[in-house]
Amino acid sequence: MACCRVDRTGRRPGEPGGSEPEKEDKPGVSTIDDVKPIPVTIGGVRGGPAVRTLRRDPWWKSPAFTFVVLTLFVAYTVWAVFQNADYFVGISQHRDLISPLYSPCIVGSCVPGSHGTFLVLHWWMLTPALIGLSGPGLFRSTCYYYRKAYYRSFWQSPPGCAVADGHKRYTGESRFPLILQNIHRYAWYVAIAWNVILTIDAIMAYRLPGDGGIGVSVGSLVLTANAAALWMYSLSCHACRHVTGGHVNEFSKAPIRHRLWKVVSKLNAIHMQFAWVSLFVVVIADAYVRMVAAGWFTDPKLF
Amino acid sequence: MADVTMRVWRGDSTGGDFADYTMPAVEGEVVLDVLHRIQAGPAPDLACRWNCKAGKCGSCSAEINGMPRLMCMTRMDELPTEEPVVVAPMKTFPIIRDLVTDVSFNYVMARQLPPLKPRAPEADGTYRMQQVDVERGQEFRKCIECFLCQNVCHVIRDHEENKPNYAGPRLFIRYMELESHPLDTNDRRELLRQRMGIGLCNITKCCTEVCPEHIKITDNAIIPLKERVVDSSYDPIAWLGRKILRRTKRGAVEVAQDAPAFTAPTSEDRLERQTLPVMVGTAVGAGNPSTAASAGPGAGPAEAAGGTGPTAAGDPFGTDAGA
Ligand code: SF4
Ligand code: SF4
Ligand code: FES
Ligand code: FES
Repeated sequence: MACCRVDRTGRRPGEPGGSEPEKEDKPGVSTIDDVKPIPVTIGGVRGGPAVRTLRRDPWWKSPAFTFVVLTLFVAYTVWAVFQNADYFVGISQHRDLISPLYSPCIVGSCVPGSHGTFLVLHWWMLTPALIGLSGPGLFRSTCYYYRKAYYRSFWQSPPGCAVADGHKRYTGESRFPLILQNIHRYAWYVAIAWNVILTIDAIMAYRLPGDGGIGVSVGSLVLTANAAALWMYSLSCHACRHVTGGHVNEFSKAPIRHRLWKVVSKLNAIHMQFAWVSLFVVVIADAYVRMVAAGWFTDPKLF
Repeated sequence: MADVTMRVWRGDSTGGDFADYTMPAVEGEVVLDVLHRIQAGPAPDLACRWNCKAGKCGSCSAEINGMPRLMCMTRMDELPTEEPVVVAPMKTFPIIRDLVTDVSFNYVMARQLPPLKPRAPEADGTYRMQQVDVERGQEFRKCIECFLCQNVCHVIRDHEENKPNYAGPRLFIRYMELESHPLDTNDRRELLRQRMGIGLCNITKCCTEVCPEHIKITDNAIIPLKERVVDSSYDPIAWLGRKILRRTKRGAVEVAQDAPAFTAPTSEDRLERQTLPVMVGTAVGAGNPSTAASAGPGAGPAEAAGGTGPTAAGDPFGTDAGA
């Protein structure tokens, strides 16, 4: 301890100027590391047995479940992405259904009909799903809820509450690369743009060319459910809660933002549920379009 | 009625082990009641803190069957009694004796918290706040300072070396209360980022899970603080906005020195007392008679109140916000 003694201006005794602690303009204190007001004594002897956890309830169930479901989701998505086929049901089947994983289809490799006037990256010959997934992938992977889910289940940091995390060192989200999680707000802006595109897709799905012009099919309902789930997911986002009103300190001076904040806060309380529901719905929507496109069955028209 | 076996940690900084006490079960009891009967019977020297027996003082924190909980709010009939009920001290803080731990870390971090810095009062000399402005902070004032959240947080529970740079969830709610306070003019965001470890928390929500007051620590304090730190450090648009509006954010060094540890330092702040080595390294309680854990055999129930931490100047946990 003696080596590290500092007075309350942060200077070590004997350093020039270290003897006038009353002077508050703290010359010599340049970084926060120089400010060491009170010693936090570390390394005290702890009580209790040296075991990983004393918990006896099945705490591992929930991370194991998350692990399995997220792994299955990633596996399915990777498979679907590199399938690079069967993602669009076009005029030949009197429908306009595009898989949410492949939307917006704006690259050279898109099958005819799957893109509107948006064809921009003519030279892109890889699977269009890499574009389609970029925004939502960024959004989901930096989501505060999913962060919790995968830190616990994949990274085991911690695997459960009061269960030791097995890592030697821990810097959380304060260093590269995890400090990049702070871009989540921008991922949210991107996700909102994606939601608009997927909403257009859902509206387009009510066009049944050559099958009555406009109508409702199971496919259009599936894409509508997909868009709705994604809107609920992204509107309940913590970044949304902050930018709509959470940043305000005096709500009485910002009544509109206060109202918005109250609505978003309500949604935010069930953000986790929206996260899971929208995950499943996206997979269902992709699988549905895929099966119809592959010709397993035709998309039934309801009315 | 059947018997219950309590497996209680007995020991101090020199070591310890579990001891089993089998007691007749009594209907309607909580874990603390059984410990009191153990103190009245087989183990009068068993040390544990308690005060209110109503989940309001925050003294009786421990780990029951591995889960951080209040002993006075954990009913025996919700625990499986086929096996012994395991009661261990909080793991994150140094042990004093048996179930009593030295939670002064939390007070140290509290004294480093820059308190409310109100703007100038209105023309008639008063402050006015609307209910909607203070609502958010009121949730955080339910905190009873049981420090269960600090104890469960893996950032310091599993990584002792993070302690000097980590305020912890209990204090994050206090930071959030002040940062969103309608009268406050200070800006603690850089301090949070550089010293108080807002980036160390990985929002895994264990603090929220154990909080006996059901404060939504992660959702309502930590994540909003992280978003505010994004405003101040990671968001280029917010940075541009600050440039255009010529707003400055306050540096961490400057803000750190608003804390009671600087403005009203105690002998501890001046490093005049060496806290821990003296307290736990030698015979328990030596030189610190206020620690009730020093009760010798036969001294009856040790009723150490939560006040073994050093008294802080300037009321760092703050009843000053007037919310
Ligand atoms: S959410 Fe953050 S502060 Fe709370 S227990 Fe987890 S890491 Fe610690
Ligand atoms: S926030 Fe909750 S868990 Fe943490 S000290 Fe306060 S009451 Fe206890
Ligand atoms: S999407 Fe989950 S917090 Fe933003
Ligand atoms: S004795 Fe348990 S909280 Fe007061």
